[in-house]
Amino acid sequence: MDLIDRSATVRENFHQAKWDEPIIFELDTPGERGIRVPEAEPEIRAALGQNDLPDALRRKTPPALPEIAQPRVLRHYMRLSQETLGADVNIEIGQGTCTVKYSPKINELLARQPQITALHPLQPEETVQGILEIFYKTDCFLREFSGLDRFTFQPGGGSQGILTMASVVRAYFEEKGEAEQRDEIITTIYSHPSDAAAPAVKGYKIIHIGPDKDGYPDIEAFKAAVGPKTAGFFVANPEDTGVYNPRIREFTGLVHAHGGLCGYDQANANGLLGITRAREAGFDLCFFNLHKSFSTPHGCGGPACGATGATTALEPFLPGPLINKADRAGKAWYCFDRSYRQDKRSIGKVRSWYGVAPVVLKAYAWIMSLGAEGLYEVAKVAVLNNNYLFKKLMEIPCVDAPYIPGRQRVEQVRYTIEKLAADTGVTSGDIQRRMMDFGMHYWTSHHPYHIPEPITLEPTETPSKKDLDEYIETLKHVFREAYETPEVIKTAPHRSVCHQVDASPSDDPERWAVTWRAYLRKTGRGKPGQSPA
Amino acid sequence: MTRIGLIINPIAGMGGRVGLKGTDGLAEKARALGAPALSPQKAARALTVLARSLAGTGRAPGEVRLFVPPGDMGETVAASCGFRVQVLDLPRAAVTNGGDTRRAAGQIRSRGVDLLLFAGGDGTARDICAAVGEDQTVMGIPAGVKIHSPVFAQTPEAAGHLAADFIRGNVRQLCLGDVLDIDEAAYRRGRVRTRFYGCLSLPGSGRVQARKAGSEVSETAAQDLIALDYIDAMEKDTVYLIGPGTTTRPVMTRLGLDYSLLGVDVVENRRLVLCDAPEKELLALTRNRSARIFITPIGGQGYLFGRGNHQISPGVIQQTGVENIRVGATMEKIGRLKGQPFLVDTGDPVTDRMFSGYTRVITGYRREMVYPVL
Repeated sequence: MDLIDRSATVRENFHQAKWDEPIIFELDTPGERGIRVPEAEPEIRAALGQNDLPDALRRKTPPALPEIAQPRVLRHYMRLSQETLGADVNIEIGQGTCTVKYSPKINELLARQPQITALHPLQPEETVQGILEIFYKTDCFLREFSGLDRFTFQPGGGSQGILTMASVVRAYFEEKGEAEQRDEIITTIYSHPSDAAAPAVKGYKIIHIGPDKDGYPDIEAFKAAVGPKTAGFFVANPEDTGVYNPRIREFTGLVHAHGGLCGYDQANANGLLGITRAREAGFDLCFFNLHKSFSTPHGCGGPACGATGATTALEPFLPGPLINKADRAGKAWYCFDRSYRQDKRSIGKVRSWYGVAPVVLKAYAWIMSLGAEGLYEVAKVAVLNNNYLFKKLMEIPCVDAPYIPGRQRVEQVRYTIEKLAADTGVTSGDIQRRMMDFGMHYWTSHHPYHIPEPITLEPTETPSKKDLDEYIETLKHVFREAYETPEVIKTAPHRSVCHQVDASPSDDPERWAVTWRAYLRKTGRGKPGQSPA
Repeated sequence: MTRIGLIINPIAGMGGRVGLKGTDGLAEKARALGAPALSPQKAARALTVLARSLAGTGRAPGEVRLFVPPGDMGETVAASCGFRVQVLDLPRAAVTNGGDTRRAAGQIRSRGVDLLLFAGGDGTARDICAAVGEDQTVMGIPAGVKIHSPVFAQTPEAAGHLAADFIRGNVRQLCLGDVLDIDEAAYRRGRVRTRFYGCLSLPGSGRVQARKAGSEVSETAAQDLIALDYIDAMEKDTVYLIGPGTTTRPVMTRLGLDYSLLGVDVVENRRLVLCDAPEKELLALTRNRSARIFITPIGGQGYLFGRGNHQISPGVIQQTGVENIRVGATMEKIGRLKGQPFLVDTGDPVTDRMFSGYTRVITGYRREMVYPVL
């Protein structure tokens, strides 16, 4: 029997599942059923009566759902699940800024226990002491990580966390009578675009600062920007370039000197756990994405949480209810703090209820399983992995990374392959599609590209050295292809779920359709509920 | 069958090799100094990449019909690259000039091509712009001495790749690029005088790359948002000087006013006072009046003044007041400067120094960037 050759590092024989699966609405076959629910027993009908639902809640017409037998539904979703390049099947290095790390499966099992899934947010406090305790203790952990004084778990993601910070800033200045005067939020071009977008939703004018020649936010530009109109300064540090601004206290100090507030975008705090804190850097507000640094699945992997914290001075402005710990007959008692209903300073709610309980539980479990030393180790390994990758990639002639030459980055780097594009005509977007042919993610950058032909990579603490080496070798292989057979890359992907698609409709409202209803309307192919002609 | 036009300015680039800072009107002198013809080679490099790239996707170069002027202006190079060539009905000339380029471009446009490739420099781009305006999708193969206009690909090979992408349908969007040229005679005397000659319609490849959710709006939409922001802040009984450029133009179109793309237009109370006003009129209209100036850095070099907007002279600037001058530029445009500060070259060092430091640039609706000025 021949030995199977496993010596190749680059997976040239990879091919992703490709089912050419229709949209579920296209599978509609009138009359097909999954389960026929039996009629209720006569005594149940008698007890409930016929009008068990108020008329106002009853639909006038049945929903236009596709009619499909259960095995076909199962097959449909199983096929779709195989067509995703999820975190469990690829080496997740190529989604820079997203902090995609391994989320222990045991925490998933924990969150799926009926003791969690069967909870209802309207249950009396005495029946939910366990989950309230977990909320409270996770709040305390985040206070320790940040140095701030109180956290809310209500924001359903990072952008909502930033919106919460912007709302708190506005409410704070409304109380001081300065809201009209202070209508500007300053941010940097290498912070996440949501640091601009979310305050804009609150009506703020956004002032961007660029980098100086070394890649740090330009403090002279900042001095020119900050003033009596400044309401706040929202920034990520390190920024998307992986460059940490060591003068951050000067920035926050300038804002405070002009009467403004500072919000720290810590969506990704992976390189900083146990190393730096928001309070010491001079911030009044911050948020952590539990679905990033704290290992609850990310993106389409599950719901999110942008836990948002504030100093004691700003705590009354947070959305409610918060969770308090009290003493009842000598025992700890966890309860809702509903004072936000009376306190006009509170911004009210940014989302229903208290936040996604299973997400908070998974973050709590992850923190508890690692402990203080383990979390510090996470930060160190994430930074080590990133700088190993950084050093190896910088040895490739067509790869460069603008700013602070010769110095290490924190947990991610924004590289450029401008030379490769000039030499071959192959762009970073082309490389992104080709990496799919090896079962790997690769991300360019937010738009617009301030760094030409960018790549943003963030390995986190998860990948082993072997994983990192496989990713590096695959990138080298693709770069070599760019020089030798550029057409292969220009026409990629070849071994993915689908071939190259025309992305231009995503810029054209007339040609994009994100719902079945819109697809039917824009293609003139009938009404919802009907199969296309 | 894809239809492509190709025009080569055969003398483009010759002046550079022999230190003439351009070839306008000096082709004979350049030849006498031994300058080689460079642009046909560069066009051939672009066409070779185009042919190879199309072949890589299973498309034979013969499936592309190339419309070219006779001789060195296209025919010779095109025939050697394997494309089906159709020679335009134009006289063969040993020595060609800008008029030939304009005539060829006009004919190619009337033939209905998908893309017009031209090899040359800023002078060639001017001739193409004069002949086809914004109506024809074009792409420049860099071959001239002066490449100030952002209408050229980075290299001839990059032009070939971009053309292939466009032909394959991977690039569906178009954007406008400014056509700039300097006065070569003045340049040879050490004086840079740049004029803005209009815009060309280019395949916009930057917007079709994969992106993360929440990406920015397109360049055109961003220019519109800049205009809306500026219009919102317009005050009554104030004279507004709207400078040239595609970034400032939406101010005029949003107000429903006629405009001169290349000149300075004057607006008061949302009505057009004067189109394409010369310096003398600008001085008269702003004297003892509340006035504002709205400009954009022209082209890829980041000049706020001194390139394409000389009408706004040091006198007009000082009369208006530096504090009443606003700059608009999309983040894409700022990004193309790669961190290089804005430049000012009004011809008066005292006026130039008034701008040094930082300025607030309108980058969108209620969005600004604080940007350095040298």
